[in-house]
Amino acid sequence: MSSLDSAKYPVEFEVNGEKQTIRVRAADILLYTLRDNLGLTGSKSGCDNGDCGACTILVEGFPIKSCLMLTVEVDGKQMTTIEGLRNSPVQNAFVKNQAFQCGYCTPGFIVNCEGLRNKLPHADKETIRVWLESNICRCTSYEEIRNAVKDVFSLEK
Amino acid sequence: MLGYDEKGGVKISSSLGKSIPRKETWEKVTGITRYVNDISTPGLFHVKIAISPHAHAKIITIDSSEAMKIPGVKEVITGRDFPILTGSPLADRPPIAIDKVRYYGEPVALVVADQDYIAEMAANRIKVVYELLPAVLSPREALQKNAPLVHERLAEYKQHEEVYPEPGTNVANRTKIRKGNMEEGWRKSHHTVEVEVTLPQSDHAAMEMRCCTAEIMPDGKVIFHSASQSPFVIRRAISQSFHIPIHKVIVHTPLVGGSFGGKSAIQMEFLAYMASRAVGGRAVKLVNSREVDMISSPVHIGLDATVKLGCTREGKLMATEILHLYDGGAYSDRGAVMSRSGAIDCTGPYRIDNVHCDSLCMYTNHPYSTSYRGFGHPELTFAMERAVDLLANLVNMDPLEFRFNNAIGPGDTTPTQTLLDRSNLGDLPMCIAKLKSLIDWDDLPHRKIDGHLIKARGVCCFWKTSDTPTDAGAGAVIVFNPDGSINLLCGAVEIGQGTRTALTQLLAEKLRMDDQMIHISTGVNTETDPQHWKTVASRSTFLVGNAILNAADDAIVQLKSIAAIVMQCLPTDLDVGAGKVFFKDRPAKGISIDKIANGYKFPNGNTIGGQVIGRGSYAMRNLTSLDPETGKGNPGPEWTVGAQAVEVELNTKEYTYKIVKAATVIDAGKVINPEFARSQVTGGMSMGLSLASREAFLFNDQGAIINPQFRTYKLIRYGEQPQYFVDFVETPHLEAPYGLRGIGEHGLIGMPAALANSLTLAAGVELNHLPLTPEMIWRTIHDSV
Repeated sequence: MSSLDSAKYPVEFEVNGEKQTIRVRAADILLYTLRDNLGLTGSKSGCDNGDCGACTILVEGFPIKSCLMLTVEVDGKQMTTIEGLRNSPVQNAFVKNQAFQCGYCTPGFIVNCEGLRNKLPHADKETIRVWLESNICRCTSYEEIRNAVKDVFSLEK
Repeated sequence: MLGYDEKGGVKISSSLGKSIPRKETWEKVTGITRYVNDISTPGLFHVKIAISPHAHAKIITIDSSEAMKIPGVKEVITGRDFPILTGSPLADRPPIAIDKVRYYGEPVALVVADQDYIAEMAANRIKVVYELLPAVLSPREALQKNAPLVHERLAEYKQHEEVYPEPGTNVANRTKIRKGNMEEGWRKSHHTVEVEVTLPQSDHAAMEMRCCTAEIMPDGKVIFHSASQSPFVIRRAISQSFHIPIHKVIVHTPLVGGSFGGKSAIQMEFLAYMASRAVGGRAVKLVNSREVDMISSPVHIGLDATVKLGCTREGKLMATEILHLYDGGAYSDRGAVMSRSGAIDCTGPYRIDNVHCDSLCMYTNHPYSTSYRGFGHPELTFAMERAVDLLANLVNMDPLEFRFNNAIGPGDTTPTQTLLDRSNLGDLPMCIAKLKSLIDWDDLPHRKIDGHLIKARGVCCFWKTSDTPTDAGAGAVIVFNPDGSINLLCGAVEIGQGTRTALTQLLAEKLRMDDQMIHISTGVNTETDPQHWKTVASRSTFLVGNAILNAADDAIVQLKSIAAIVMQCLPTDLDVGAGKVFFKDRPAKGISIDKIANGYKFPNGNTIGGQVIGRGSYAMRNLTSLDPETGKGNPGPEWTVGAQAVEVELNTKEYTYKIVKAATVIDAGKVINPEFARSQVTGGMSMGLSLASREAFLFNDQGAIINPQFRTYKLIRYGEQPQYFVDFVETPHLEAPYGLRGIGEHGLIGMPAALANSLTLAAGVELNHLPLTPEMIWRTIHDSV
């Protein structure tokens, strides 16, 4: 199939609690479907290569880099983007610790932390490091993010 | 809030020194922030850049017929369609290459299409025939007499600011510092050292890629949305390049996703404008992919430097001779100015009476460079501080004591012969003293061996002035709302540093009111906001801050004159604070600002005054251009100083190392928001440690960059951060709001030097070449045996 192929296929999924049925090209990337078709621009493009984590969303509760997923792959699945989180403990901890500067990587970090909290609510320091090293923040020193994460996981600072 | 103490005086809480959160906090944690690429309009066309695969080559033909055949492609634009030269201070750069390409990644064509992926595909189908030219791949190579010329017509380029290109060579700019008497300086030097250092080019790597939209309206107005640090310079550059009246160029800059200097250059805007014009003025969007952002848009400058430094038997610095060869890349852009900055502060914050420095911005066939956090200073500091450490070692002195003894102070002069005083120079000895206690310098060993692990600590000092145009300035307008709150209008861009929030704190302090009553938009709009030169050089709180204080004074006069009529007194009887205008001697008696903010209406309907609107502006004072032969002049309003340290643990089996601790003490003049200040400093330190430990563009022998993505161009990640220590000294700069000094860039400046000094001590070999990867350490050790 050439990437010029403009044939569209129906895809049905749930994002932030809302059912969506849309038609997409086979080559459409999930990040851009969320941003361009559904207006969910909170997920950011930082590399389109799975290197930076700015596009992280939850698919079935698990953090996924949406730049590495085709939209047709999420047929029948349930997703949460940053727009689906309101007053979550992770967001509150990021606010309290001002764990961001420019804010561009922040949705990805928050969603990744949220996924970690869902899957491993008692994660230790090393597990947290392994999960969070998949995201890049260029502005902060990570110290602020570490403090926020420690609040969420009730670790000692 | 306003209260009254026992004696009936006014008690008002201060906004200074308070860590209030960013105004846009909740937008940023909920994903509703709109950066430029989050804005879309129906029918928007997409633009993609076709780039050069060669570092230096003649363009023979460009064939876009295959690209034009793809359905959805609207237009292909080449350099010949807009044969103009752009760039400041030296107009040496066609926005799209015309006769030849000068770097790998240079734009050779633009494609406009109705879909982003169509434009991308078409860009790949543009066929360009090149004839390869010999490439210049380092600044030292560029200086050779027989080096190929990157620019053959250097003499013909228009100059917008002072810059001294040398036609017939690859020198884009040369700054000379000639101070004192070199012969005498060397005669009095019992010890001398000479070091050669190199820092390769690297990337700003802001998380948000550069992005710009453009639309040309039927009446000729051009509207941009751009992720930029320089919305007002975009207006001027587009106006000059395309002969459009400046008032017809309107730039919107929303929140910016990081920039670090990289978004101060004007590049995308030229391309977006051309693209829009080619399709009849339709709205177009140009967004860089990460790869294009890294190699096609401007990068962080490189440096090859030689420093010769001498001191007396007692360790007093006497003379220095410095050669800076900045790797400016294919076009000079702000690299030409950065090389000047590298000369202005070439000695570091030390008293040296005899100085000879040539600082050159070299053309090479590398990507072109622009401002990067620290503006030439991380580079010059790395060179000088390696020499200082060597010399301290040679005279067998503690490296911090050596620096303390030679610290520059009031009464001394800079390399540009500017006389320093307690206001225009921070207190370096105090910073060094505080650093010592912060890291227990005197009590813990500087080097400690534990089996194959060696812990070592290295230090450095830095200084920086801003080197702006001598007329850089800013304006501010404060508009009172009917509820007594204020809208603050100004042109400082929020790039993550927290400036717009900190500016509301300055205004709150001046008007002695609650900072929650001061509102500020997130974005900048050149049509409605007063001009601000650029959000660069750690100068926004200084320039815009002073404009705001002047605007507040203007508003206070208006408030008092309305209140004086209502309260039947003289304006001079009154004072303003906590949302009220009140009698100086009877603070309990006053009128609330919301009653007079839109004029005061008497019971009979008569009204006096109207909406209270304060206006203020400020421009740099007493700055001068530098003498081209000696460098004499006054480049900046003040010098921020600081001292830094890094502790590493080197594994001598693997040559890997951990950065254990990093510390900075900086003279901030006055800390406005402690949390922002710490975060700016540690953020800068993190960027500096990442830069020094791993960041570099890797070129093949043809000049192509082989690591243009984050998988191969590594950045520091979560978990690698050391323990950070930060402290402040507060020596006021009398010209600045509440005495503040610039601190946005400075955490970065000394990190490469301090890391190299610590690793040199740990490894026992001189480490003078960045980045300090395990491979670099291993090679240096093995080459030395």
